[in-house]
Amino acid sequence: MRFVDEYRDADQAHALADRMAALCRPGRRYQFMEVCGGHTHAIYKHGLEDYLPDAVEMIHGPGCPVCVIPMGRLDDAFHIAEQPGVIMTTFGDMMRVPGGRGTFLDAKARGADIRMVYSPLDALKIAHANPGRHVVFMAVGFETTAPSTALTILRAEAEGIGNFSVFCNHVTIIPSIKAILDSPDQRADGFVGPGHVSAVIGCRPYEFVPRVYGKPLVVTGFEPLDVLRAVHQLLTQLAEGRCEVENQYARVVPWDGNARALSVIGRVMELRGYFEWRGLGWIPHSALKISERYAAYDAERIFQIPGVRVADPKACQCGEVLKGVLKPWECKVFGTACTPETPIGTCMVSSEGACAAYYNFGRFSRKRVREATRR
Amino acid sequence: MCLGIPGEIVEILPGRHELAEFADLALVDVGGVRRKVHIGLLDHESLAPGDWVLIHVGFALSKIDETEAAATLDFLKSLGAAYEDEIAAFRESASEQE
Amino acid sequence: MSPRHLDDPIREDAPLEDTGLENTSRPDLVPGAAQAEAAVREACELDQPEIPHGHMSGHSREEEVLERIERARKRRARVREDRITLAHGAGGKAARALIEAVFLEAFGNPLLEPLGDGAVTGPVAGGLAFTTDSFVVRPLFFPGGDIGDLAVNGTINDLAMCGAAPRYLSAGFILEEGFPVEDLRSVVASMAEAARAAGVWIVTGDTKVVENGKADGCYITTAGIGVIERPVRLSAAAVVPGDSVVVSGPIGEHGMTVMLARGGLDIETDLTSDTAPLHTLADRLLAACPGQVRCLRDATRGGVATVVNEIAAAAQVAIVLDESAVPVRPNVRGACELLGIDPLYVACEGRMVAVVAGDHADAALDALRSHPLGTDAAVIGRAGDDPAGLVLMRTHSGGTRVVDLLVGDPLPRIC
Repeated sequence: MRFVDEYRDADQAHALADRMAALCRPGRRYQFMEVCGGHTHAIYKHGLEDYLPDAVEMIHGPGCPVCVIPMGRLDDAFHIAEQPGVIMTTFGDMMRVPGGRGTFLDAKARGADIRMVYSPLDALKIAHANPGRHVVFMAVGFETTAPSTALTILRAEAEGIGNFSVFCNHVTIIPSIKAILDSPDQRADGFVGPGHVSAVIGCRPYEFVPRVYGKPLVVTGFEPLDVLRAVHQLLTQLAEGRCEVENQYARVVPWDGNARALSVIGRVMELRGYFEWRGLGWIPHSALKISERYAAYDAERIFQIPGVRVADPKACQCGEVLKGVLKPWECKVFGTACTPETPIGTCMVSSEGACAAYYNFGRFSRKRVREATRR
Repeated sequence: MCLGIPGEIVEILPGRHELAEFADLALVDVGGVRRKVHIGLLDHESLAPGDWVLIHVGFALSKIDETEAAATLDFLKSLGAAYEDEIAAFRESASEQE
Repeated sequence: MSPRHLDDPIREDAPLEDTGLENTSRPDLVPGAAQAEAAVREACELDQPEIPHGHMSGHSREEEVLERIERARKRRARVREDRITLAHGAGGKAARALIEAVFLEAFGNPLLEPLGDGAVTGPVAGGLAFTTDSFVVRPLFFPGGDIGDLAVNGTINDLAMCGAAPRYLSAGFILEEGFPVEDLRSVVASMAEAARAAGVWIVTGDTKVVENGKADGCYITTAGIGVIERPVRLSAAAVVPGDSVVVSGPIGEHGMTVMLARGGLDIETDLTSDTAPLHTLADRLLAACPGQVRCLRDATRGGVATVVNEIAAAAQVAIVLDESAVPVRPNVRGACELLGIDPLYVACEGRMVAVVAGDHADAALDALRSHPLGTDAAVIGRAGDDPAGLVLMRTHSGGTRVVDLLVGDPLPRIC
């Protein structure tokens, strides 16, 4: 596949590994946070830690929009799904994420009509095909996904489809990065910036990271060479005493983002004052809601949602893991009470979560695994 | 986050233009499978068959910039080539020492 | 009109174009009347040639009618309904008609034909392999197959993976009231064709009908008996470090085909299911590497990753896969990339994983590749000793990772 395979070349990965090792100052340790769950997934899926110098440690940040949805919002979604006549639609990722009352799969087993969709437009199609039912789309995702939801609402209005609404749980990337940078125990030396969010918001919004917090940030893609090259660029900046935002993913990310996508979001959605993130707590201006003008498509307004609040389990230390203060295995419940089968915290709920990725792919010492595959 | 996959536009589909400014659909090929993808988030005037776009949840999110892609690859290849030269030089010097 | 026909429910509400195989109705008649008229016409057509003119005059009118009834009772059973009703599962005339006209008609073989409570075979030489499986698939019909050939091939493959030559199958059907008889005929025809192609007999069966809404059209449960004709000891626990892991062809085609055939994802592709009987392929491999094949597994639910994990756990070996060596067709890969699914976890219905002694890997490959179902066979990994019970993979880009079991089915993801 073009634009995929050429970024998976093992020889070039070895070359980058060599370069990275040469850039590390003897005795110094480097911690970089990949903000985005897609990068976490890529690192484990492709075994990229094999290429990182021993002095470099990756911290897996909060960038999985599925994982950060608080349990209470899920319970609200189950409540909507259980209303008579409702068809609830959502992405496959959401199906196994636990709320206070189980998962979407559990709600489906209890009798709710819950359907998996690939695109919000598919949910609209279901509404069109079922005029006697009300179809709700459980929208999740960062600014990457929000324009698609917004455009679907515009389309619903244009086509006069009235039996469709959106339970909006879109979150915004910048406030979460800021929350992590503001945390006193935060210890990253630099950031691998998210790729596909940046295709929408561009690179400018990250400029505060080097300017205010003095940390370099490199926006990059999700193929092995993209991720390795971003780490290489971070090490280069540190070695040269530079601190700036760089765009390694220019083939997809324009520096100024996608103005049309941003304007669609702006037309249909507005910022919430506060939104709760699983593991991180309440973060101001960190999520989107449907604006007054499109209230007719807002499931939160149409249904009396209970507004359930479920506190994160006390034993769970996801917040510390997300900030990089703890490694997944340092959490008290990791691998015992909290596993991919019975996840407790946000980091374990989706395969992109730091703990799930570590549990599935990373729980054996790199050395042991490497030796096993070289023999 | 946010799975995005590159696909090649096969055909810009004649759409119903209820939403003139956000029309419309294109047929996109990903490794031999095809799906209709909404191109309303891009300036669709600038899109044509043969262009590559990044697809996310059924929407084209970005038009892939071939020049930038080539530049990135050239850089990576230059690293790889330099690396191979070094390895070759290393082997040579190692064999001389024997 | 035959008396049997009088017992048959006549569906007044059935649309004319849906009245099944034997629809001879005239479109200008109301459905009930059309069916009655067709029945009369049919009875006359069938009776006339057998009745010599002179003979008829010698009988009373009553005898004539009784004779006609007798003849009608002897006529081949027919299913006149266009949809399955509860009567078809009730053991009466409707059920009998379904068995004779649909199942017996398609599966007919000497062991089934007596329609006894069970099938009785002659003496069998060798050990027996015995398996059971249930089939639920949505949609029932998909590119490259349907639930019928899936059921037959799946059962054959379970036997083949035991090193057995499949012989006899049973088939139990749970049908939903309202299921189109035409669809049942198609499913049964596929089963018959698959059984014929593989040289097995479907020798006994059962049908139950559940109320509308209580099932998803048609479920099939099978059992299979195979004969162990050559001495083999196949066991995942027999795998030792140094063994090679071979896959018989490109993976994930069945699972992706069915996922896309459900239609909700709106993806167009020419993908077809890989459903196929593997017993001759397995036989060729076992013949080529006598005593050197440790175990055979068909990579159904959970795909190759799951099978290989089960082997690693059973044998307490490490299995190291080479991602670049795993055969995946481009369109399967494309669909998987689009949906965020790893093809290693996608089901196959006509592919097997074989573990063979390391020094026989080439012989195994040659044997598999000489068979039409194994032309793309490949060595995808090998067994080592550490870390025991674990599957690792060397990725395309040269890294390493753990290949673990999934919690549930692979679901399309957006992130």
